[in-house]
Amino acid sequence: MTDRRDLTFEDLLRNAGVAEAQSRLERLAPDPATLPPSELERRRGSAARAGGGGGCGSGSCGCGSSAPSNTLLDKPLDRRQALGTLFGALAVTTQAVGACSPVSMESDEEREAKLLERDEFFKGNYRLMTPEEQTETVRRLERLAHLRGQGDVQIRTDQALEGVMYGYAFNISKCKGFRNCVEACVQENNLDRPSDRQYIRIFEKPDGESIDDLEHADATYGHEVPAEGHYYLGTQCFQCANPPCVYVCPVQATWQEPDGIVVVDYDWCIGCRYCMAACPYWARRFNWSEPEVPAEQLNPRQHYLGNRARKKGVVEKCTFCIQRTREGRLPACAEACPTGARVFGNLLDPDSEIRWVLEHKQVFRLKEDLGTEPRFWYYMD
Amino acid sequence: MHLKWFLLSGLRSATTGGRRYHLWMGTLTLVMLLGAYGYSVQLRDGLGVTGMNDHTSWGLYISNFTFLVGMAAAAVMLVLPAYVLEDVNFSRAVLIAEGVAVSALCMCLAFVVADLGNPLASWHLIPKIGILNFPRSMLAWDVVVLNGYLALNTIIPFYILYSHYTGRTPNKSRYVPFVYLSVFWAVSIHLVTAFLMAGLPARPFWNHGLLGPRFLASAFTAGTAFMILLLWFVDSETDYDIDAGAFRKLAMVTTVAAQVNLIMLGSEIFTEFYFPTHHVESARYLFFGLEGYDALVPWIRVALVMNVGATVVLTLHPLRENRYWLLSSCAVLFVAVWVEKGMGLVVPGFVPSPLGEIVEYSPTWVEVVVTAGIWAMGLFILTVLTKVALPIELGIERSPLIVQERPGQTRSQAGGKQRAGT
Repeated sequence: MTDRRDLTFEDLLRNAGVAEAQSRLERLAPDPATLPPSELERRRGSAARAGGGGGCGSGSCGCGSSAPSNTLLDKPLDRRQALGTLFGALAVTTQAVGACSPVSMESDEEREAKLLERDEFFKGNYRLMTPEEQTETVRRLERLAHLRGQGDVQIRTDQALEGVMYGYAFNISKCKGFRNCVEACVQENNLDRPSDRQYIRIFEKPDGESIDDLEHADATYGHEVPAEGHYYLGTQCFQCANPPCVYVCPVQATWQEPDGIVVVDYDWCIGCRYCMAACPYWARRFNWSEPEVPAEQLNPRQHYLGNRARKKGVVEKCTFCIQRTREGRLPACAEACPTGARVFGNLLDPDSEIRWVLEHKQVFRLKEDLGTEPRFWYYMD
Repeated sequence: MHLKWFLLSGLRSATTGGRRYHLWMGTLTLVMLLGAYGYSVQLRDGLGVTGMNDHTSWGLYISNFTFLVGMAAAAVMLVLPAYVLEDVNFSRAVLIAEGVAVSALCMCLAFVVADLGNPLASWHLIPKIGILNFPRSMLAWDVVVLNGYLALNTIIPFYILYSHYTGRTPNKSRYVPFVYLSVFWAVSIHLVTAFLMAGLPARPFWNHGLLGPRFLASAFTAGTAFMILLLWFVDSETDYDIDAGAFRKLAMVTTVAAQVNLIMLGSEIFTEFYFPTHHVESARYLFFGLEGYDALVPWIRVALVMNVGATVVLTLHPLRENRYWLLSSCAVLFVAVWVEKGMGLVVPGFVPSPLGEIVEYSPTWVEVVVTAGIWAMGLFILTVLTKVALPIELGIERSPLIVQERPGQTRSQAGGKQRAGT
């Protein structure tokens, strides 16, 4: 510790029985970048030994004001930070009381999880987070997953790649209705198992019936496929260029990324389900109860805006497997398709397969009259 | 100091009453407690305990919300003549109408919160701390207009009551600007709620320009019908007499609104069924059933019959002027609009789904209990507001500080005391 004032504050916390708060201290220092790397490492190490995160409100702490001339007072706070500070102070107080009481029913892990959950509760909208805040929340979420027995997950925050706009094409002639894509999607995206959640729907229609008329299509067929005299048509989120769902969200918990993917900040969603009413393609799903994925089936490779753990009461949707596509891989559905009916790629790359399809096939989209401009086309051979 | 006495005497008014009053309030409290239990189950297990699902993602809560916004907006039918046109018939009734608006708005907000999947995150709606997607999201508009209207309808009557309580004459230049604002605001709350649905191209059943005007017509039907019932109760059960002219005029408003509502309904039905397109499926589901699914058919048909019947009765002068016919057709209209504009409007918007799938909705006991609880809360608030306001307006309740402070202005107070004594 080079800074005397920080020392005071740290001691104060330790005396109050809040060793975990150390990891938060990094953010209280005037500028962590100016600290020697060894010092930063030491702090992180001691925080980890003490059980990781927790402590004061994200980014700042109300109890710090009791330390003489704390740096916090010189820092400009935004309102959310102020709110966090307020509750942070409360939490530290209650925690200090708890630590002094002779019988503590909570294990250290439970307490740590509670503190992490509190910090998670007061965090902001993902889009407005600084890269540091994004790193913070990811670390909290990963730690929480560990504490909750969901194994060791890695949550990525990869940004949209430059010069990429994703598009999808679906070959109606080739799809045979096997639904491998559905299965792969469920596995990849950690979809809720008890409610049998699926982002993809495969509709079976008699040959000769118009594609536009989905009213008489069957998406729940259970017989052997391909059925004689039928064709198949898959739907999922079309990542519309003009998405009505994004327009209606009252808190901007859903938006379109620069690569065209419409994402949801699961922790910012208030669960009003207005977006579900607004979607003309029935692409959004709601967590009517706490979603469950057996630990052994959990996909640990996750993205903050993609397949990470959701909670009850929030909306989710297909993200073209953002956790895969931003690494340059195909979405799980496209990879799993055994018939080659699914073509995925970068619309801005003139040499991509999707561009070839769009330029050489007769393509159409669902409900084009609504002006939603889906980035998902159908075509036939 | 006045304020302290005001609140104290308000508390006293609200907590004293006869056996029937206590029985009524006790029953409401019991229903509210039941509702709270239902909500606790919903909070614990998630919205899966309701009948809603990914296909029909709004249900009984939003249905009641939609209906009640109309109830709140209907207060304008008394506010406008009473304050702006200075119609003496309405001078006493208007405070009660504002009470209805306040309680209806509290119920609206409660229904929206009950419908939220993640209510603890509702602070995300607060500008600056969270993000309010204003002006793009119509739901954000709704948050603004509902809270604004609640504030207006709390401030204006409070100022008037408080002035009376402290023996002052309310200063017009202080409250009339707010009254004008609230008149426009009343129309806007219901239009915004209609636009919330009409703005969705995904739902052809709602996505038409008539929805907003029709919301207003049905609101002024059910809202004024309820006011007539409530004012009749106040008139016959308390010393607070309502001018007979108020009933006559309100009955006329209800009648015209009901007629306009029926014309619009007929226009909608014609457009849907004269040359049925794909968009007719929801209306067909509502009125006739679709592929064997017909849960709403009996409801909407009964509501339609009630609607037409009551409107015909009200249209005939001799019947409308007969108190018995007036009150019963108001009750019938209220229920009919509740069905037609609640479940009959919200649920068919989701059936069939945008991809043509049919999943029916019926509310579970949790939804029913929570809904009943919120209605009980609304009636509780309405009762308390009325119970507090009436003695002040009758001059029975006056600030004990008046005599010492303003010896020159105690005449009205003395008069009030006299009347109370007789």
